[in-house]
Amino acid sequence: MENRKDYRLEKRKLVIGGAAVCVVLIFLVRLFALQLMSDDYKRNADSNALLQQVQYPARGAISDREGRLLVYNQPSYDIMVVMSEQKGVDTLGFCETMGIDKERYEQRMEEIKDRSRNPGYSSFTQQVFMSQLSTEEYSRLQEKMFLYRGFYVRKRTIRQYDCHSAAHILGDVGEVSPEDLEEDDYYRGGDYIGKLGVEKSYERELRGVKGVRILLRDAQGRLKGQYMNGALDRQPVPGKNLTLSIDIELQELGERLMRGKLGSIVAIEPSTGEVLCMVSSPSYDPNLLAGRERGKNHLALAADPMKPLLNRAIMGQYPPGSTFKPSQALTFLEEGIITPATSFPCSHGFHFRGLTVGCHGHASPLSLLPALGTSCNGYFCWGLYYMFGNRRKYPRVQDAMTRWKDYMVSMGFGYKLGVDLPGEKRGMIPNADFYDKAYRGSWNGLTVISIAIGQGEVNLTPLQIANLGATIANRGYYITPHVVKEVQGEPLDTAYTRRHYTMVSRRNYETVVEGMRRAVTGGTCRVADNPWYEVCGKTGTAQNRGHDHSAFMGFAPKDSPKIAVAVYVENGGWGATYGVPIGALIMEKYINGSLSEQSEEKARQIEEKTIYYGSGER
Amino acid sequence: MAAARDRRRGVAGSIDWFVVLLYLLLLAAGWVSVCGASYDPDLGINFLDLSTRSGMQLVWIGTSLAIAFVILCVNENVYDAFAYIFYLAFMLLLLVTPFVAHDIKGSYSWINIGRFSIQPAEFAKFPTALCLAKYISRYDFSMQRWRDFLLTCLIIALPIGLILLQKETGCALVYFAFFVVLYREGLPGSILLAGICAIVYFVVGIRFGDVPLLGLEECSSGRFCVLLLILVVTLCMTKVYARRHAFPLWRVLGAGLIVIAASLAVALWVVSYDVNLLLLLLSAVAVVYLLVRAIGERAMRYVYIALFTVASVGFHLSCDKVMDSVLEQHQRTRIYVLLGMEDDPRGVGYNVIQAKIAIGSGGLKGKGFLNGTQTKLRYVPEQDTDFIFCTVGEEEGFTGCALVLAAFLLLILRVIVLAERQPDTMGRVYGYSVASVIFLHVLINVGMVLGLAPVIGIPLPFFSYGGSSLWGFTILLFIFLRMDAAHKRLRQ
Repeated sequence: MENRKDYRLEKRKLVIGGAAVCVVLIFLVRLFALQLMSDDYKRNADSNALLQQVQYPARGAISDREGRLLVYNQPSYDIMVVMSEQKGVDTLGFCETMGIDKERYEQRMEEIKDRSRNPGYSSFTQQVFMSQLSTEEYSRLQEKMFLYRGFYVRKRTIRQYDCHSAAHILGDVGEVSPEDLEEDDYYRGGDYIGKLGVEKSYERELRGVKGVRILLRDAQGRLKGQYMNGALDRQPVPGKNLTLSIDIELQELGERLMRGKLGSIVAIEPSTGEVLCMVSSPSYDPNLLAGRERGKNHLALAADPMKPLLNRAIMGQYPPGSTFKPSQALTFLEEGIITPATSFPCSHGFHFRGLTVGCHGHASPLSLLPALGTSCNGYFCWGLYYMFGNRRKYPRVQDAMTRWKDYMVSMGFGYKLGVDLPGEKRGMIPNADFYDKAYRGSWNGLTVISIAIGQGEVNLTPLQIANLGATIANRGYYITPHVVKEVQGEPLDTAYTRRHYTMVSRRNYETVVEGMRRAVTGGTCRVADNPWYEVCGKTGTAQNRGHDHSAFMGFAPKDSPKIAVAVYVENGGWGATYGVPIGALIMEKYINGSLSEQSEEKARQIEEKTIYYGSGER
Repeated sequence: MAAARDRRRGVAGSIDWFVVLLYLLLLAAGWVSVCGASYDPDLGINFLDLSTRSGMQLVWIGTSLAIAFVILCVNENVYDAFAYIFYLAFMLLLLVTPFVAHDIKGSYSWINIGRFSIQPAEFAKFPTALCLAKYISRYDFSMQRWRDFLLTCLIIALPIGLILLQKETGCALVYFAFFVVLYREGLPGSILLAGICAIVYFVVGIRFGDVPLLGLEECSSGRFCVLLLILVVTLCMTKVYARRHAFPLWRVLGAGLIVIAASLAVALWVVSYDVNLLLLLLSAVAVVYLLVRAIGERAMRYVYIALFTVASVGFHLSCDKVMDSVLEQHQRTRIYVLLGMEDDPRGVGYNVIQAKIAIGSGGLKGKGFLNGTQTKLRYVPEQDTDFIFCTVGEEEGFTGCALVLAAFLLLILRVIVLAERQPDTMGRVYGYSVASVIFLHVLINVGMVLGLAPVIGIPLPFFSYGGSSLWGFTILLFIFLRMDAAHKRLRQ
């Protein structure tokens, strides 16, 4: 055999071998890029093969201060759909099983696919097709579900209410909004989140921690058991139970009394700052905002001109009227403008340099205690006039104003108190800047005289008025009002245990307490007087463009106060008309545990009174 | 005396144990991968069970070793003597196959024998290689002679044609590996160059065909690039082949670029027109220049270059037409998906995407044996046959892939070295055939899994599940080892 070796051609072995080396090098670079440069493929693989089944924790239950269960959970079932798998499903049969018509089905499918409404849409993951089926509805579907490929059932819980009141405090839960999703990456589309009330403010405590089961899933979507035998699974941590400081019976009485009226009742236990009841009228049944009808009901409530969704107790900002006077008395006493013996004249009002602030008829001149008892406008106008005109103590009127404002702020006015409910408003306490701007710097005590009687620029929330009552009851301090008494297994936030002292000394408070007692024994609040315990109170009749608002602020018993109450009835007229009797009934119910027969009768009468709110009057 | 001792030691003393070792390593790694790929978590570990693929693969491996042993015992002269007969017998078998085969996924290449089915196309590689080697080693053979060249081409083309009749495109494609052998035996490099140029022009032309150049609506950037490449190749070839007068490449290139840049500027800011027309004009100028030079120097090589240029332009201009009218829709889609022009995660591209996800999720060290989620849960199709490399990538990671590729590279290079040391042409040609076939299989299979080559279903040698492929490669390799062993004894 001849060996024809061509040495020129032999060099070609290098070309061929070199090509093989090059190809392997290219493959290695490609492998490097795929396996080591990027994490995308790994994540992709996980979402491919690992089904992360979310385990929803039970949301914490809510009960009232006596341990009566108010809100708990009930199982509900969501029908989920995976778009990429559901093709070719017997649509008609499915609609029949679900009890919907074809149009509804197609409309729902379009809604799911619309990324502008459903931003987390993916055709490979479960999307909510229909939510919150009851156990009965689900049991009808259950046996047929296997027929419909791509449809799944997710078990969830929804809120169930054992009461028909306290809607504003309890709040509600609903599906997370796109903003919520952006803010907190704990949530996934379709999760529930507290929307109002304590459901919102205690969301973190109530929601618990979601768990996860990681399952293996093959290319056909069939489950193939647990990933790593469940080593990476997490059990859900159930939410914490809340105990409210609210007494649900008191709350129900309050809502009864406020029927047919706009306004608010707030009762606080002075020694702890616990809110005993917080009524905002009109209200609604909390059951309306649970379950499948939530969306529809919410729209209807939002459209109601009486604004039932507004929690007037913390969002309504009203002129406090005469209920504000104790705070003025305290300020003037502490600043040394007056002593308990100081008398001012009042002849049907405060008259000075052509300015008149009217008052009703009573003896004149009079000292502080009768002035508080009869709610004399003139007395407090004089007090403010002398304070703002005192150039020895305050070089300029602005300095007096600032001093006055500091007193008000120390009593919890002008800023949010920090109640544990969402949406609280701060009210309005004017300062020197405000008037400098409003009057271009030329103003004096007379210009702003109406703030002394809780009118003019002063606005408070009913919660702030009640808190004034609690401060006076405590003789000089308050604890930030709060509606949650206890979070299961957690100490209460120190913000709700710390005492806030005002700038006024205890001695001056005792004087004002006497004045407020005088109002009950022989003044404007006589209706509140009773044989069981000593009530201290102050009426308010706040002028506004329409009919006057009727207000009351008080506490009882005088020496060891158990309850401080503020009542505010929009356009209710005299403070004594609605404010005092409602406040008295609330106190009686709470202190005595029940109403006497006589009081029950009175309660029925008030319940039946309706104030008609014409558009012209408001 | 020495010869007698050698004979007693027999083949065992002269066989290339390095190749045998690589072969055994690849078999072992392949079996582990098949175990991983066919493992069903529902059934638990049962790799030795003959009802599973891993169990059957063990049977194929055992029989392959037996076949290898038999081959090593047979006298090497058999292959020389019966080369043509083997070839004719297998061509006959390939011819009959489509008529007796059953339809498996649209191909007619499997023949049932009892419980098993074999794929003759996988076995036909060694007779083709033997026949080619025998023919080329003929006395007086010359690649330059047209008759000899055409006959070698025919030897290669016959199995390709027969396998195409069975609709096994991938398997047929592998036979083009023999052109690498022809290159080693004297096929002009320009033919390979032409082939590579054709592929590049085709890919660039199609991929960027619809992208407007610098925002010029009427000017396709794909065409611009291809024409520019053709011009540069033409100029380079002129430079290389110019004999009497040197060709001033750099000056011409510079001048050409200035002209092109200027015309681009005009098109962009003065009046918009198709710049590609200018490139066509430049090509024509180049062709005319070459022809003038050919006449001036009386040299045909300039004519060849000119022809190459004209053919290139013609090829490029006809590509679009071929795409639209000759190819079928699914073939077009495959090409588009491969070139990244179409995103089709559930269709043709699904396999490639899932394969990339599986490999990509392996990381450096992989997820460990049997821990791969993508391959276990059947996200990757054909995972124990054509896409077996995915399992390696997912479970053994970059390290495992690199080792496997290194083993293949070593095997190919070692076979080339052995081929070069053969004392006769027959052994050398056969050796190169073995190296080229294995190389092309690895190139296409791994390239496909990594998303670098189109989805062409061919097995990864020694890895993919299947008796036919494993037997085929074993026979192919061990015949060469037997030849090498014999010649080594001869050399001693």
